[in-house]
Amino acid sequence: MSVIDYFIKNIGLILKLTIEHIEITLIAVAISTVIGVAIGIFITRYRRAATAVIGIAGILYTIPSLALFGILIPFIGIGLKPTLIALILYSQLALIRNTFVGIIHIDPSIREAGKGMGMSNWQFLRMVELPVALPVIMAGIRTAAVMNIGTATIAAYIGAGGLGWLIFRGIASVNSNQIIAGAVPVILLAVGVDYLFILLERALTPAGLRH
Amino acid sequence: MSDTIIRFDRVSKVFPEGTRAVDDVSFDIFDGECITFVGPSGCGKTTTVKLLNRLVEPTGGRIWLNNQDTAQTDVIALRRSIGYVIQDVGLFPHMTVSQNIALVPRLQGWSEKKRNERTEELLHLVSLDPATFRDRYPHQLSGGQKQRVGVARGLAADPPVILMDEPFGALDPITRAQLQDEFLRLRRRLKKVILFVTHDMDEAIKLGDRIAVMRSGRIVQFDTPRKILREPADPFVRDMVGREGGIKLMKLLRIADIMDPADGMTIPADRLSEAERRMAESGKDILLAVDKEGRFRGTLSYEQFIRSEHPGDATQLDRTCPVVEASDRVDTTLENMLKHKRVWLPVVGEDQKLRGIVTLTHFACFFSAVETLSGGTP
Repeated sequence: MSVIDYFIKNIGLILKLTIEHIEITLIAVAISTVIGVAIGIFITRYRRAATAVIGIAGILYTIPSLALFGILIPFIGIGLKPTLIALILYSQLALIRNTFVGIIHIDPSIREAGKGMGMSNWQFLRMVELPVALPVIMAGIRTAAVMNIGTATIAAYIGAGGLGWLIFRGIASVNSNQIIAGAVPVILLAVGVDYLFILLERALTPAGLRH
Repeated sequence: MSDTIIRFDRVSKVFPEGTRAVDDVSFDIFDGECITFVGPSGCGKTTTVKLLNRLVEPTGGRIWLNNQDTAQTDVIALRRSIGYVIQDVGLFPHMTVSQNIALVPRLQGWSEKKRNERTEELLHLVSLDPATFRDRYPHQLSGGQKQRVGVARGLAADPPVILMDEPFGALDPITRAQLQDEFLRLRRRLKKVILFVTHDMDEAIKLGDRIAVMRSGRIVQFDTPRKILREPADPFVRDMVGREGGIKLMKLLRIADIMDPADGMTIPADRLSEAERRMAESGKDILLAVDKEGRFRGTLSYEQFIRSEHPGDATQLDRTCPVVEASDRVDTTLENMLKHKRVWLPVVGEDQKLRGIVTLTHFACFFSAVETLSGGTP
């Protein structure tokens, strides 16, 4: 049986797992964005905390994913929950750092003008800092999303579902068709999401900053 | 004096690391005045003006704006009532020119229609064509254009007071002079209190009604440009003014400041026959003819008068004599006189009425007065 035959025969399953994979990634990215951007903004206000916070996020990022799952399973068990927690933790470095850098690199004269004109902290954040930092924050979200697709594949090992399931099953049963049926969609997904975010980044960059 | 708008009462600012940026400074600023703060870098001039909109909080003394203690005023409301223009302009890069200008009005909840009208008006005011510039982004503007937008933004909500922190400092000399001239034109149209920081004494002299010369956090002299040029308080101020005090003063003064009235030299244009008697009485051999409204009609010299076959005929008048306006600058007038080899010129007002006469002697007196008063050596 060729790979193509396997694909056609199992198209329902592959689609279901693909959607599952996208769901896991989407939920993780959404939650990590809220948390990461909030923390990123917070440390622009409390600069002294910045080094420590980014340092911790950096350490989390270096933990191998299987090891992280290993630590989480005794406390939370297996399945979607530890997977999401792991994905969110991994995403924090890209999101916190990009939000922080995007905001603190805004020209000091812009900051002074905004303050001197009588903008409140909140108005300045909403009307100036976030729009100007948006391209950089979007790049962080892109990194997180692509990384999450990869890590979510491994999470199939702890029962999260998604396309990783096909790969692990294929390895266990020495079924290369099955492995490929899992691997190819994951690769396409990662490349596709990356490209999608590049387009999104471009679309969301304010016109005045596109030059 | 008119109403006090701003009062600094023994204001000091000591930064946490111990720098005494502003040291026990007191002054009053009156309605409609433009005050230039000038001094070397680190003298506290920028800190002084930032104390007003509380970008810097004082560590001592009190500041009053319209009889209100600024420390008791809501800081956001305070800043919105004070226009703010800075050297690096600080336009928001993601907003168009009109969005930048209309920002404070937007924060204050103006309707879109009103904001658009105001933006239009302000762009005209700063000599930018609204149709061309309204929708441009800051990165599409030249340095001079950016600062024009910066000035328009500072004026947007029509604040009674404007702080300008070296607004023209980063511009090339030509653009700079151009914006200075427009600043002066703008000031005649809008009666606002302006605090203008500069490190350039020439700019301070050109733009200020009064100048605060600062050094080491203190105001060394707070006076009109003429007073500072003629009577610098100490060697530091004299150094700031530079060696060319007389030339600078000349740029500042108008013909009206140095001319003499034409008393005894005038003759009604319809009574030229009396010329001989008037010349005898006044001891002058030239008379200036004026019509009933006092407008200058021409000159009549003794030779012309006696050579004439019909003394008293209006055709004797020399109508080719150029005139100078009382509001003309002293330096350009002197240059014109030298160029056209005139030793004297009649001075008229804007209404063409004869106001007086200016001679090369007046210039000589002016210069000798400057030299003695400023104690300068030739």
